[in-house]
Amino acid sequence: MSETAELDVAHVAKLARLDLTEEETKLFQAQLGRVLEYAEKLRELDLSGVEETAHAIPVFNVFRPDEPQAWLTAEEALNNAPRQADGLFIVPKVVE
Amino acid sequence: MSPADLPALGLAELQALFRRREVSPREALEALHVRIAEVEPRIEAYLSLDFEDALAQAERADVNLPLGGVPIAIKDIISVAGQPCTCASKILRNYRAHYDATVVGKLKAAGAIPFGKTNMDEFAMGASTENSSVKRTRNPWDLSRVPGGSSGGSAAAVAADAAFGALGTDTGGSIRQPAALSGVVGLKPTYGRVSRFGLVAFASSLEQAGPLTKTVRDAALLLNAIAGPDPRDSTCLHDSVPDYSANLGRELRGIRLGLPREYLTEGIDSQVRTALDQAVAQFTSLGAEIVDVSLPHTEYAIASYYLIASAEASANLARFDGVRYGHRAENPLNLLDLYGRTRAEGFGPEVKRRIILGTYVLSSGYYEAYYARAQKVRTLIRRDFAEAFAKVDALLSPTSPVPAFPLGERSADPLQMYLADIFTNAANLAGICGISFPGGFATTQAGTRLPIGLQLLGKALDEGQILQIAYAYEQSTDWHKERPPLRAQKTSSANL
Repeated sequence: MSETAELDVAHVAKLARLDLTEEETKLFQAQLGRVLEYAEKLRELDLSGVEETAHAIPVFNVFRPDEPQAWLTAEEALNNAPRQADGLFIVPKVVE
Repeated sequence: MSPADLPALGLAELQALFRRREVSPREALEALHVRIAEVEPRIEAYLSLDFEDALAQAERADVNLPLGGVPIAIKDIISVAGQPCTCASKILRNYRAHYDATVVGKLKAAGAIPFGKTNMDEFAMGASTENSSVKRTRNPWDLSRVPGGSSGGSAAAVAADAAFGALGTDTGGSIRQPAALSGVVGLKPTYGRVSRFGLVAFASSLEQAGPLTKTVRDAALLLNAIAGPDPRDSTCLHDSVPDYSANLGRELRGIRLGLPREYLTEGIDSQVRTALDQAVAQFTSLGAEIVDVSLPHTEYAIASYYLIASAEASANLARFDGVRYGHRAENPLNLLDLYGRTRAEGFGPEVKRRIILGTYVLSSGYYEAYYARAQKVRTLIRRDFAEAFAKVDALLSPTSPVPAFPLGERSADPLQMYLADIFTNAANLAGICGISFPGGFATTQAGTRLPIGLQLLGKALDEGQILQIAYAYEQSTDWHKERPPLRAQKTSSANL
């Protein structure tokens, strides 16, 4: 049995903090089901002993001097915010 | 030269006129402005323009700099200080960048003038630019067709002479495929050759910024300006940057070009196949040796690519939460409601699909089955290329199996759209460089001519070599001199 059938779009949407309508959930369930079915192809390969590639051209030990540099002001960092006041981002109350 | 003729020029030609003081950067920018006003209603390549600021930059341009006074269009996923950076997404509709991406800073240091941001698939997810939340960019060769994607605005602008040259980004083919479908040159640098600092991140292990231009020489000029290490991007390679223009004009005798046999079977359009066969003959007559090679894991590239790209996207796009920037849902009940509805309202369907797919393949219990497996297949794809490059200097193929397809033809079926990247996305998985350049035309049943793009893939950091090979081909053909018949289509486009 493939894992394809196990994709539960409604559950994954919750994990992703993404509200979906019922129609979207149904549509994505069908469309992503086909994409995952296509991805089943990867099971044809014997991958024992094959290492994962996270970066095609990895570079190691990248350092730079730890020196302060001019960067965004607090005002600049805030002025794309949908709501802000007194130098802070405003969000709904998180503690009752 | 009359102002109306200026927009048809490439970067090198324009620069030569500036240096001979025959044309000023201001005159070139004004001529470009007129051209954009003329064609933009039909091709819709731009999301924002800032000519006032650009004129101020043109007035003080130093034309002796490598790109002094040359206007360059920028894909709207790359930050330009003071300009919008929307990624063609509703979630960033009102966002303005406060700083320059490193590539933009480097362009400015070379004297170039970023004057406008180009349309794209939302967050660079797509192969047709139809996933833009703002507008549909049209292919200048046939306004009923897509320009390719995701850098479709950049490609269409260059093809329509509404830009002298442009920057795009390529995560799975998003520079090369629109370059092919729109009839221009597009280069994806080696992963790490160009800084990603200031690009809005989609798939961090795959994407690179690169040039879309009218000629191979112009691509080399732009790459010279943007390549190199950056203390702000730890994945940037520290290798020194050669002069990419230096080998242009060198002959091809002794060059070995590989034809990956797996690329010749997968549903290639017959006219694309003919163009490839003619290119093989052309390269042979130029002195190159053509060698049959195999990339045995080609058929697994797309599945591996979409699992990895979606996984990285789901993590990168978690930052869009309605708190620090971008759209925010009205009257949230609590923080979770704010996140869920902000993202529901702000993201388009393809972005949502990839977030779901990416979250799923990274979730507990499925990670090994999908993500880890895809990363292992990525290793096999890298090995395929390493073995091929032990035998040949570069690989030749079509860039896309088909010429530009009609608007709407593939947008309902995500898998069909993913398959558009079949010849391009393995290069991103392997981190190698690639270039697409004009290689002929296909004729539709209606008699419209559509450009065909050819692709050369080179080993890591071998941009100089693929530029040299593409240049030799370009100089022996006239494809790149042809221009889309935009004027002739003026009346028919009113019916779209």
